[in-house]
Amino acid sequence: MLRIFLLGSIFGITLTMGEVISWFRIQEMFRFESFHMYGVIGGAVVLGVLFNLAAKRGQWKAEGGKPLDIYQYEFGWKRYLLGGTVFGMGWAITGACPGPLFITLGAGYWPIVIAIIGALIGTFLYGIVMRNLPH
Amino acid sequence: MLDLQPWPWYVTGPIIAVTMATLLLSGRRFGISSNLRTMCTIAGAGKVSDYFKFNWKSQSWNLIFILGTVAGGAIARFLLLSPGPVDINPDTASALQSIGIEDAGNAYAPSILFGPDAWHHPVALAMLLLGGLCVGFGTRWANGCTSGHAISGLSALQWPSLIAVVGFFLGGLVVSQGLLPILLPLL
Repeated sequence: MLRIFLLGSIFGITLTMGEVISWFRIQEMFRFESFHMYGVIGGAVVLGVLFNLAAKRGQWKAEGGKPLDIYQYEFGWKRYLLGGTVFGMGWAITGACPGPLFITLGAGYWPIVIAIIGALIGTFLYGIVMRNLPH
Repeated sequence: MLDLQPWPWYVTGPIIAVTMATLLLSGRRFGISSNLRTMCTIAGAGKVSDYFKFNWKSQSWNLIFILGTVAGGAIARFLLLSPGPVDINPDTASALQSIGIEDAGNAYAPSILFGPDAWHHPVALAMLLLGGLCVGFGTRWANGCTSGHAISGLSALQWPSLIAVVGFFLGGLVVSQGLLPILLPLL
């Protein structure tokens, strides 16, 4: 578990040093006025694709010999488009997606606590009304 | 303390990919927003909805990961990063200044939303609460956030993730073009 804590720390340091947790960088991104965030996400995705291709070709295994738990999302579009849109609105208002919500707290911008409470309430509300939503 | 300069995208992006790869090779998945569900489960939300009935202990490693990110944010901000402003595009800075964010271009985060003044400002607090609500509700509805869809899902060439990312930008555009120009001048 210490390893996981350290990995999380590296991730938190990286997103802070890379200004990914800055509300200003997110505004720039949604206004299409800077390459920075596209470079960050695009760079991660390009390397991620290469990793997944190499892992598939080399039949890489996770610790304990299990296959890698690579994401397979259920087919469909409604939940992804609608849920994604709602999340995108929240991302643009707070300047934080879920990782940065917590990293911003560590960086000492205390009012983000209100957004974290909001995110927990939002998650709870989803659990209540999910049966009535298109998926 | 060390006054380091911010890291460019070609340092930040690859480290994010390494984080994802390390979690996969350890038999786990890179997905932050599922922690919100775990936290609701621990708080007893399973009494109200089956969505929260699952063995949260299988996800406890992810909570440790989150604790690590909090520590990382503190280490970077207080020990490593030079306390300078984020060097955003001057066009973005002047546009934000014109709708009430006076420190755009001169700060790491807008003080009206993230500084001590925010506590005295009902509109700022309401914005943070509403934004947070959308983040929690939307990521659970879409079954993933930036880490799960934009990074992990796109890396695995998952169509649903591409649809989700299109949604992220639709929502972001609606807010940055429509909502913020109305809300921010109220601050």
